[in-house]
Amino acid sequence: MKPFQLVPRTQQSLAAQLLVPVVSIILTLVAGSVMFMLLGKSPPAAFYAFFIEPLTTRYGIGEVLLKMGPLLLIAQGLAIGFRAQVWNIGAEGQLLLGAIVSGAIALQFETSDSAWLLPSMVVGGTLAGAAWAAIAAWLRTSFNANEILVTFMLSSVALQLLYYLVSGPLRDPMGMSFPQSAMFGDAALFEPLVSGTRVNTSLYLALAVTIVAWIFVQRSIPGYKLLVSGLAPQAARYAGFSENRAVWLGLLIGGAAAGMAGVGEVAGPLGLLQRNISPGYGFAAIIVAFLGGLHPIGILFAAFFMALIYVGGDMSLVSVGLPNASTTIFQGMLLVFYLACYLFVNYRLQRRSKKQLISASSGREGSTQ
Amino acid sequence: MTELLKLDGISKIYPSVVANDNIDLSIEKGEIHAILGENGAGKSTLMKLIYGVSQPDRGTIYWRGKAVQVRNPAHARALGIGMVFQHFSLFESMTVVQNISLAVPGSLSDLSKAIIKAAEGFGLPVSPDTLVNSLSVGERQRVEIIRCILQNPKLLIMDEPTSVLPPQGVEMLFDTLRKLAADGCSILYISHKMDEIRSLCDRATVLRDGKLVGTVKPSEETSQSLAKLMIGREIPHASHEAATEDGEVKLRIEQVNHTPKDPFGTPLNSVSLQVRAGEIVGIAGVSGNGQNELMRIISGETLLKPPSNGQITLCGQNTGRLAPMQRRRLGFSFVPEERLGRGAVPDLNLGYNSLLTGLENGLSSMGFIRFGKMKAMADECIAKNDVRCGGNSARASSLSGGNLQKFIVGREMALTPEVLVLSQPTWGVDVGAAAAIREALIKLRDAGVAILLVSEELEELFEVTDRIHVIFNGHLSDSLPTRGTNAEQIGHWMTGSFVPSTPAAAAS
Repeated sequence: MKPFQLVPRTQQSLAAQLLVPVVSIILTLVAGSVMFMLLGKSPPAAFYAFFIEPLTTRYGIGEVLLKMGPLLLIAQGLAIGFRAQVWNIGAEGQLLLGAIVSGAIALQFETSDSAWLLPSMVVGGTLAGAAWAAIAAWLRTSFNANEILVTFMLSSVALQLLYYLVSGPLRDPMGMSFPQSAMFGDAALFEPLVSGTRVNTSLYLALAVTIVAWIFVQRSIPGYKLLVSGLAPQAARYAGFSENRAVWLGLLIGGAAAGMAGVGEVAGPLGLLQRNISPGYGFAAIIVAFLGGLHPIGILFAAFFMALIYVGGDMSLVSVGLPNASTTIFQGMLLVFYLACYLFVNYRLQRRSKKQLISASSGREGSTQ
Repeated sequence: MTELLKLDGISKIYPSVVANDNIDLSIEKGEIHAILGENGAGKSTLMKLIYGVSQPDRGTIYWRGKAVQVRNPAHARALGIGMVFQHFSLFESMTVVQNISLAVPGSLSDLSKAIIKAAEGFGLPVSPDTLVNSLSVGERQRVEIIRCILQNPKLLIMDEPTSVLPPQGVEMLFDTLRKLAADGCSILYISHKMDEIRSLCDRATVLRDGKLVGTVKPSEETSQSLAKLMIGREIPHASHEAATEDGEVKLRIEQVNHTPKDPFGTPLNSVSLQVRAGEIVGIAGVSGNGQNELMRIISGETLLKPPSNGQITLCGQNTGRLAPMQRRRLGFSFVPEERLGRGAVPDLNLGYNSLLTGLENGLSSMGFIRFGKMKAMADECIAKNDVRCGGNSARASSLSGGNLQKFIVGREMALTPEVLVLSQPTWGVDVGAAAAIREALIKLRDAGVAILLVSEELEELFEVTDRIHVIFNGHLSDSLPTRGTNAEQIGHWMTGSFVPSTPAAAAS
């Protein structure tokens, strides 16, 4: 008989809920140091390069904040859907659509210096992301098509659409047939936030969305209805909260946030449309949403940590020669440890007393009679 | 007789409550032993300790004379202990035989034969190849019972089994249990129905507030004396004047035909009824005869769409196509049969659960939750209805079935409806609380509310209703005035004798 047993908790413990992300991060770091040792790197040096060094320079902090923006934005949108059990895992594609449409607007008005250009790109990109997610919502509510598959496959479609556009209609005519668009005009770009860094004013959008998400989730009736739809669909039907509306709302909000993040990329660090727009933000944001406990404030911290992993991976590639894949490996470990730790929100580990162990073994003898 | 199971000084302490306090109990071989107590008295906790779902904090369990630690339900089953829970544990997307095969070894075809044999032998008709999600609550319980019986237990624990059975079914179940007992299988029978315990059980152990009150021979007691032991006071009894007969018709259902999406659901056949302000109309019938479908159509969870036809009028307005929320605005309120997951959200606290139907009743403004009002409403509902729980922040799933039901009924009544529809409102609710609910219903009726009550308990229908309909296989009978009919008449109709083309009608 095992010396420990899992016992369901009678009440969900807030302490456990807060500890889960912390412990899963610690476990990730421990497992990470084992990986560093196997690679023949000294763990302290590697850790320093990965997790501390980016935060020691203004440029490094700027890079972390730059990557935090899209992660935060997308994760806030996805979390609202996830709470309603609407599984949009195609934020990557919705991000690309936001990038494409806002990019097309920027290229159309390449020479414009109107103050309205950037806002209209934000609106256009956000709507495009939502429209891409709407396809999944329509298929789900009309034909009960699984939104996990549809959103995921539409990501691939979006990528192919981008490839086609940057090598065809939107390609820079003066670009020596490189598969990329012309540079956007200045009026189509977000202002830098701090000089000497690449972080820009689109971070404000992400922070504003965080506040709105908090109000929506914690205080609003539509947020409550979405939550009920996710937790107990029969109760939602009984109360009269429409299931279809929950699916639409969950997907549209996630798609809109991802589309907005796409605008932030092309109108921010990139300044043009090209084949590589997102280093998997749409997928990493799924981890961020869960790591943050699907709670707007938790997601804020989780997005920062995930951004740090991105930047640390890039920087340590150069400074200590860690392999390129280490960012992905850290993301993966984080998710696995998080899911493993999450068990303890609903269960607790109980040590069996000696007496229990002894009487159990005698009980087993009794049962074999 | 030899002693099969003995509990010695068993205690179970939860963070907020002592669920069992120093309980002694002994079960003889072949004995039918009742555990009697109100909701929250600790009956279910005690059974979970015996069945190994949780472990006692103090005390010893002796099984056939030896001290044992029942580690988990699998261990309990290996020892020969079977249990039929109040909340069922069946996989909805699997068939009856697939569900049973998870617990009982053997090929599916052999099991199907065994199921049919057990079903016939024990009067528990169920088809092995039906999907569980299409079964009514009563039918699901049959599956649970059959699953236990097929494992040849030495001790069978039944947690309030008759609450979902029709009168004839109860007699059949009792025959089954007596047969099992005669074969040497002991039965622990949890209930708070005194009549059943007196007719079925050899001995009864009474619990109150987690403590042992006494062990008695039910045959030597009266229902009144047993109830007094159990609740420590006299049962309040509802007595009321006949309804006024000239109230305005508040709920009118005319010629509703409806074929549910679920192929195993019961189609409704030209159902008509009306409920006037100031009267209580009851619908009697065995579960699975169309009550569920009719309730969903009245509540708006199912909308009347072609090829369904007929008309529902609520407070003078045609409502067949209105959503539940719009019906609530007209003054409609509904207590569904299932509490956890339909009447209440298990993972949300009672405050948020009062928001479920009350959100347009002052608990929100401009699309935002008014937390103060929400908590106040939950607190009021808890206090008014004697809901035993840890306050408005207690999760719905942490409440016992009866206490949650009291909360839901209280919540719906607090909406001051003009039309109140209830499905099995006192199922699993203890005697005292059930009487309180019935009394509240009569008070509402006297205040001019139109009430429709679906129940499988004839006693309840006779106690509170003014007219009774019977539902059978999707057909609804004409109504009979409650004071002018009797249980025999209603029981006869419940077999379908009022429907022109059934064998029962032909025979009579």
